This record gives sequence, structure tokens and C-alpha cells, in this order.
Amino acid sequence: MNNIKLIKLSAILLLMFNVSLNAKEVETNQKEEHAASGDLKTEIKEYINHHLLDSHDFSLYSYTTDSGEHKYVGAPLPVILWDNGLVVFSSSKLHHGESVAEVNGNFYKLYHGKIYKTDAAGTINYDDKHHTINEKPFDISITKNVVFIILVSLLMIVVFGRMAKSYNSNQAPKGISKFLEPIILYIRDDIAIPNIGKKHYQKYMSYLLSIFFFIWIINLLGLTPLGVNVTNNIAVTFALALLTYLITFFSGTKDYWKHIFWMPGVPTPMKVILAPIELLGTFIKPFSLMIRLYANITAGHIVLMSIIGLMFVFKSWIGSSLSFGLAFALALLELLVAALQAYIFTMLSALYFGMAVEEHDEHH
Amino acid sequence: MEKLIEQFSFGLFFWQLLLFGILVYFLKKFAWKPILTAVQEREDSINNALLSAEKARIEMQNLQADNERILKEARSERDAMLKEAREIKDKMISDSKEEAQKQASKLIEQAKHTIENEKQAAIVELKNQVAELSINIAEKVLKDELSSKEKQLKVIDDMLKDMKLN
Repeated sequence: MNNIKLIKLSAILLLMFNVSLNAKEVETNQKEEHAASGDLKTEIKEYINHHLLDSHDFSLYSYTTDSGEHKYVGAPLPVILWDNGLVVFSSSKLHHGESVAEVNGNFYKLYHGKIYKTDAAGTINYDDKHHTINEKPFDISITKNVVFIILVSLLMIVVFGRMAKSYNSNQAPKGISKFLEPIILYIRDDIAIPNIGKKHYQKYMSYLLSIFFFIWIINLLGLTPLGVNVTNNIAVTFALALLTYLITFFSGTKDYWKHIFWMPGVPTPMKVILAPIELLGTFIKPFSLMIRLYANITAGHIVLMSIIGLMFVFKSWIGSSLSFGLAFALALLELLVAALQAYIFTMLSALYFGMAVEEHDEHH
Repeated sequence: MEKLIEQFSFGLFFWQLLLFGILVYFLKKFAWKPILTAVQEREDSINNALLSAEKARIEMQNLQADNERILKEARSERDAMLKEAREIKDKMISDSKEEAQKQASKLIEQAKHTIENEKQAAIVELKNQVAELSINIAEKVLKDELSSKEKQLKVIDDMLKDMKLN
């Protein structure tokens, strides 16, 4: 009982800290550039957009010195490009898009979060639709999100590795296992077994458990002040959905494919019509997984940060405290969404695997 | 949609796929497998323990029922034995009483018989003695009566007198 209370209390404290720190970030941002741009709303919008994007360095916050120079507090990360050969340099050379990096006689410039190949002056050329036409080298840099994925992965390996070890000495769960074991059992007994079936569920357990905890932990940490939002990147959710699709694809039984391409039990013309629909369905399923996770997390962050931003727009005692309360409630909601999205992703993945390995004993 | 495609970062996709693959591999090896096996084992052992407890309980019940049955049997046996003993005792007592009665009556009968015999013998003897005595007396009387001639004649006269009368 006491433990639960403690967890609740610390979660609330963490949230408050989160909100207040985010607020401070906005505040510093606002103060530093208010004079320059003059438009607070645009400023907040840009800040939110910036927050949602991946970046090539791990900066906690930035400020402007009296001389107008931008200072970033954080660490640079390695930039890895494939541009007729592997090009590796530190992201500090890019100066957050403020200067052109010269590596091996080639010039690179960071523009709107992407690295472009430019001339020495760093000119960005546009076509008539305002699309950049500069050459884009193949970018596999270790970005902020990649660093965060690595950190979360290490955290998971340490936590679950320790949990696994704790079972060697004694049978009853202890410490963190006491909290995690029911979740693992829930995924096994209420997600994997009902959806996939007792016969096949075991080979999917590793994937389901990993994906659930990965999404959940990374969503939760994305809500912390220092956390980096990873699942609001379409590339990340695409990778996860692709894995689910591939596993479904390779575990599909003969029966499963038969039901897609030549549905038994319906007239032949219907079979012809159904085949493309069913085939499309196999792509739409993981596609919906990808969009759902991406959209939920992105929307949550945008709304949360907008409401925090409102505090500075209102500039009145009542309005600001109202939006603080709203932001607080929304942050709590986001905690739920973090778990919910992980649950939905795992649940639907299990459902798709279940469809692929299902054994039809009667024709319908 | 266009913005999404524009935002799509192949690098991030690549790293996510690679890192997540590695993560799944390591977690499977070092976490999920041992955890799930341990949990499964524990569940099995709990189930087994419950089953064996149930079995023990049933056995215990059987044992108890057995005990009760044996106890009941022993009790009834004891009761039967007691009853039998009592019956034997009663029978013995009544038998011996009867025997004694018989013996006693037999003795009495014998005694009576003897007494009767003795009585008869005594009567016979008494009779004999009385006869002898009366003969002796009669002899003496006769001797005395018939001691002189006149007396003898008188007797004959008397007798003859009697005869006449008759």
C-alpha cells in the first residue's frame, strides 16, 4: 500500500517537474527571441515543431548571449553520411544549421533537420514549389532519437536481465519483478494466448513482450523533461509496423494465404474481387499500426505543449493557472495513452499473428 | 501526408530496425526465456503442490474414514463380546442353579427313600418283636393258665361254652 502511494507521489512530482521544466524551456525561448521575432504565438508553434523533430545533437536547451550568439547546452553526436563513401564527422561542425561543415572537400549544411550537400557558402536552392533541390546524402547519423533508443534498449536489457537473474535464486518475484511479472503474465495470458492460441503463442512471446515494453517505456520517458520523443517519428513506427508485417508474412500458413488469394466458400467472381481487397488488407493492418502510434503520440505532445504555451500567451493569473491545471490533467492522460498505445500495438500485432497461424478446420 | 514523407528519416528507420532487432535478440536470450521458463516452472510447481495437497487431503479423509470404520467395528465387536460373556455368565449361573436343585432334590428323594425303608424295616422289626413278645406272653399265660388240671379243664369248659354259644 505504501509502495503504491510512493509511486503515485513520485509520478505526480515527476509530472510537475516535467511541466514546469518544459514551461521554463518555453520561457527562455520566448524571452530570448521575443525581441527578435515579436510574435509569441509563432514562436511557440515553432518551438513545438522543433520539439517534435529529431535532431543531430543532444541539446538540453539553448540560450542567446548578449552578443546575439546562440549557445546550446548539450552534447554533439556523430553524423554518418554515405556520400560516395562513408563520411563521419561530429555534429558540432554543423552548428545547428548555422554554419557549413566541410569534410573531405565536401560541404554539408543542416536545413530543417536534414543534411544537404551545398557549396562553400551554404546556399540552399529551391524549385518553384519551394522544395529544396540540393543533393541529399544518405544520412544514417546517430541522432538524438537513435541515442535515446540505444539508452532505452540498454535500460531494458539491464532491468529485464536482472529480473531474469532474480529467478535463479528464489522462485517468488522480488523487487522490480513484483511489478513487472504481472504485466508479463498479462501479455502472455490475455494478449498472446487468446489471440494466437496455446499451440503457437510461444514463438511470438519475445517479440510481443519486447515491443510492449519498448513502446511503453519510450513513451513514458518521452514525457519526462529530459526525455526525447521517439515514437512520434514516422520512421520509428514504420520500422515497428514493418517488423509486425514481416513476422505475419513469414508465419502465414498455407491456409492463411489461401484465404487471402482464393477465399474458399464463395463464388468464383467474388474470389476475384476479394483477392485484391484481402491483399490490400494485409498492408493496411500494419499501416494502421504505424499511423495510430505516430498520430497518438504526436497529437498528445502537440496539445500538451500548446496548452503549456498558452500560459505565456494569456499572461494573466487566471488564464495561466487554468492552463496549468489543464496541462497537468493532460499530462496524466498522456501517461495513460503511453501505456494504452503500447497495449494496442501489442494486442493488434498478436491478433495479426493469430490470423496468420490460425487453423481453419471448417470451410465457411 | 506529404509532410510525413518529407519528414521520414531513413537513418532513424535503419537504426530503429537494427537496434530493435538486437534488443529483441538480447532480451529473448537474457530475459524473456529465463523469465518465462521460471514463471512456467513456478506455475507448474504450484499446480503440482496444489494437486498433491488435494490428494493428501483425500487420502487423509480416506484414512480418517478408515479409522472411524475400524473404531466402529472394534466397538461393536467389544459390545458383542461383552454381550456374549454376559450371556455365558447368566447361563452358567442358571445351569449351576438347576444342577444344584436337581442334586438337592435327588438327595432329598434318596433320603426320603432311605427313611421309608428304615421305617419299614423298623416296623417289621417292631412287628416281629411284638409278635415274639406276645407269643412269649401268650406262652407264659398259657403256661400259667394250663399249669393245673382244673385250670385246663376250666379252659376246656369255657371254650366249650363258647362253642355252644356259637
